[in-house]
Amino acid sequence: MRQFLLYIVIVLAGLLFISRLFYLQIYNPNSNNLFEDNAIRKVYDYPKRGFVFDRNGELLVSNQPSYDVMVIPREVKPLDTLEFCSLLKIDKERFKEKYKEAYNYSPRLPYVFIPQLSKADYAVLQEKMRKFEGFYIQKRSLRHYQTSIGANVLGSISEVRNRDMENDPYYKSGDLIGREGVEASYEEILRGVKGIKFIQKDRFNRNIGPYKDGIYDTIPVQGKDITITIDAELQAYGELLMRNKRGGIVALEPSSGEILAMIAAPSFDPNLLVGRERSKNFTKLFRDSIAKPLFNRSLQGVYEPGSPFKLMNALIALQEGVMTPNEIVTCNGGYHYGGRVMGCHCAYGTRNNMVGGIMHSCNAYFATAYRKILDKNGNASEGIDKWSSHAKSFGLGNFLGYDLQIGQKGRIPDRDYYKYVYPNTFYSTYTISNAIGQGEVATTPIQLANMIAAIANRGYFYTPHIIKKIEGQDIPEKYTTPKHTTIDKENFEPVIEGMLQVYKQGTASALQVPDIEICGKTGTVENFTTIDSTRTQLTDHSIFVAFAPKDNPKIALAVFVENGYWGSRFAGRVASLLIEKHLKGEITRTDLEDWLLRHTLEHEYEKPYSGEPFGINRNTTLEQVSPEEYKELKEELAKLNNQNING
Amino acid sequence: MVRNTNRHFKFDWITIILFLLLAGFGWINIISASHIGEEINYFDFSQPYGKQLIFIFLTFALIVLLLAIDAKFYERFSSVIYIISMLSLMGLFVFGKNVNGATSWYGIGGMTIQPSEFAKTATALAVAKYVSDLNTNIKTFKDQIQVFIIIIIPAVLVLLQNDTGSTIVYGAFFFVLYREGLPKFYLNIGISLIILSILSLKFGGLITTFISGILIFGYYFFNRRKSNLLVFILAFLLSAGVSFGIKFFYNSVLQPHQKDRISLWLRLEKDPEKLERMKKTFAYNLNESEKAIGSGGFTGRGFMEGTRTTGKFVPEQHTDYIFSTVGEEWGFLGSSLVVIVFVLLLLRILHLAELQKSQFSRVYGYSVAAIIFVHFFINIGMVMGLIPTIGIPLPLFSYGGSGLWAFTILIFIFIKLDSNRINEW
Repeated sequence: MRQFLLYIVIVLAGLLFISRLFYLQIYNPNSNNLFEDNAIRKVYDYPKRGFVFDRNGELLVSNQPSYDVMVIPREVKPLDTLEFCSLLKIDKERFKEKYKEAYNYSPRLPYVFIPQLSKADYAVLQEKMRKFEGFYIQKRSLRHYQTSIGANVLGSISEVRNRDMENDPYYKSGDLIGREGVEASYEEILRGVKGIKFIQKDRFNRNIGPYKDGIYDTIPVQGKDITITIDAELQAYGELLMRNKRGGIVALEPSSGEILAMIAAPSFDPNLLVGRERSKNFTKLFRDSIAKPLFNRSLQGVYEPGSPFKLMNALIALQEGVMTPNEIVTCNGGYHYGGRVMGCHCAYGTRNNMVGGIMHSCNAYFATAYRKILDKNGNASEGIDKWSSHAKSFGLGNFLGYDLQIGQKGRIPDRDYYKYVYPNTFYSTYTISNAIGQGEVATTPIQLANMIAAIANRGYFYTPHIIKKIEGQDIPEKYTTPKHTTIDKENFEPVIEGMLQVYKQGTASALQVPDIEICGKTGTVENFTTIDSTRTQLTDHSIFVAFAPKDNPKIALAVFVENGYWGSRFAGRVASLLIEKHLKGEITRTDLEDWLLRHTLEHEYEKPYSGEPFGINRNTTLEQVSPEEYKELKEELAKLNNQNING
Repeated sequence: MVRNTNRHFKFDWITIILFLLLAGFGWINIISASHIGEEINYFDFSQPYGKQLIFIFLTFALIVLLLAIDAKFYERFSSVIYIISMLSLMGLFVFGKNVNGATSWYGIGGMTIQPSEFAKTATALAVAKYVSDLNTNIKTFKDQIQVFIIIIIPAVLVLLQNDTGSTIVYGAFFFVLYREGLPKFYLNIGISLIILSILSLKFGGLITTFISGILIFGYYFFNRRKSNLLVFILAFLLSAGVSFGIKFFYNSVLQPHQKDRISLWLRLEKDPEKLERMKKTFAYNLNESEKAIGSGGFTGRGFMEGTRTTGKFVPEQHTDYIFSTVGEEWGFLGSSLVVIVFVLLLLRILHLAELQKSQFSRVYGYSVAAIIFVHFFINIGMVMGLIPTIGIPLPLFSYGGSGLWAFTILIFIFIKLDSNRINEW
């Protein structure tokens, strides 16, 4: 036995070692990944981020270099601090302070000594840089916005957060990523692919040459330029008109689904979110919980659509065959049902056919139509499902699938929606508010604009999108295939005729634009807020939808102006002007333009926060901006017009 | 077994080939671990790999010399060799050169020689000589004491020079003596001591005493008729003494760095700050070496492709931590192969030892296997984090002339003795 002890011990030791090796190298390898190898330094070569152009080729977003002065404290040799400080425009105290900061961070690693020098300072400094050992200049690329408009469309870029890096291992600490707007939607196209150099380092963190002679190194792929569907001129004009108002506007080209303008008011200058000032400004915008400038009302604002939704009910009534265009509904100043009345502007005994109903926005007419749709088969539950599916075929009640990253579903109710509210019996009168686009119906401006585009096209639409052209690449097919609604083509004509009459003699007759046949529809929507836990009504929202020209439409839009009182008062004016601007390139109705610039709604927005009782609707006042501000706005307008002439 | 009687082939070629494989592969890894930059001049004698190449060439001369000397010489002069070796160890206290806190080197010109490496061979010869003496009976207490003294003298001398690793190597002779008839009592005591120490450091003296009490008296209970209760009570008291005494030994006798190593190994340290500090000092080596081995994966990164090896992340990588280079660059396949070759070499030497007709040769052969095994076990175990950090080289692999020559002498004396087996009827 004795002579076997060492044999056994040796063999056991061998087995122990092999199992330990198996554990370390195979069962639990700490990864063979170069990226996770702390012995390899990864040096990135960032490509140029793609430019953004508007539909007319006007450059909207480009890049600007920014120069950071970096320091590696260990490598700093005695220097002429006086000269250095004067070049950097700092005093000696600041120099000492920054140097200490850098040293505390790490004596061996680069640290940003002075961030983002101006080009002029850089030019002077560059010549002298070699005199200051241990300091060097690192170039970074920032976005440069050529315009002050379209912050909600263009978006911005910022440093990646931990979550971005977890989601996509491409991103490493310090990389930039698109945050909102097209910067986020087309991030991968705009950013390109960064190049990587792998550098072998030793345990003191010093570079000792390329890893494996650089066979794994890659060169950067340049970011591609993109052209977006926005018309910068129209966008700028719209943003100017919406000054001192809140709301959202979306203008589409019906024949393509391209977004011509997407205005969210209040807006802000995209240059605020560039570089050193970004975080300060972002916080300021983010904290403004009253005006909410970061809230993109054109995509995220969910409003009851109001009267424009009557167009939908008219279409469904025709499609379902429950009404004919010439059927007359008599309005006695309201719609009476079950002992209740839904009021209407019509005079007692007004007889409306469909065109008349639309033109006068007759509540009684559409209440009748809505009830007929729901009660067609004597079962209101089945009826509302049918009604709902027609409306949804216009892209309402769900995400539209456009190429911007934010949005809201809106709401088109159906049987399931009501099943908890009315578990036993369900009658068409219960939801009569849907007839006039209030109650449970809710849409966003872009959904409503898309609905109008579908009407303008007489039955189909293209998914709204912001991308027009990608350098050397087609835009996704889903933006070039039409989507058909469940309404037949011929049923659109009476509705369109009604919309035309809205301008000719109806609720928007004061907003006519010479030589353009505009089809529109006003909307006035009740809305409420909560003040001190009391539901309080505010001045109605002003809504307007339109497309033009009537034949071969070029623009379809939806305009929401919060608390603008009635449809043609604010929204209608904005819509008419945008249509004229887009179709003619110049404004003949300068009276409308002047009226909009002169008037403000800020006083309306202050009411709920004033803490005092206030009047709404009939008791509200129309207020003007200060003469100075009016002058400024006029100057901006003049500048805009000049640019157009020069451009 | 029919052996080739041809003069040139009577040496055990299997051992020689395994020896050459290890030394050669060791050199390849020293190149990886010590080269700087892309250019490699194998004859750049200012670099460790260049120097090691000279050492390897000189080894061949040494081998020829060792095999040329008559086999009887080693037996006859073992006492003299032992005494000279001990004197050289003592001389270090006067002339020694301090490197990394250990006074283990003589500096001669630009070269350094580490006599403790050679002392192992000398001690092996002396033990073999003493045990094989006709008047020696290892079963008697008197002779046990005498052989212990032979072993303890060099062990204490290297300990005084602050070379703890080499001291532990002298524990290898336990295997040899046990094979030659040392009572089982010592084996039991040795194993019990190790188990008791680890248990009481990890779980405290009280729990350990309690457990050992249950085991000892449980054993007595089932063997009542044959046993004397007094012996069991004594054993229990001793184990209790060890369980509580080890804490005192750990706290008062061990040096702080030794305590840290043990506390890291047994995961005793709970203070996160202290752990963090350990990670930056000695545990850094271990951590980097485990990472380097792990990054090798199944097939390894290939010769001179290991990023941690190239980046010199593992300090002392060409000496004590050479196995981490094998792990990173040759992967599971390469490192397992090295382990297997070592095991084969050890088993071959043991097998040859058992074949010896002369007791001197057998005891010496056993000593060779045991000494190499302890080095192999402690070094690779340490590099892979299986045992506490103890600095001793990996035989034939680690950079260093003294070590390489010492192991060459150790092994080739045995090969010579083995070749002489037939003449020893």
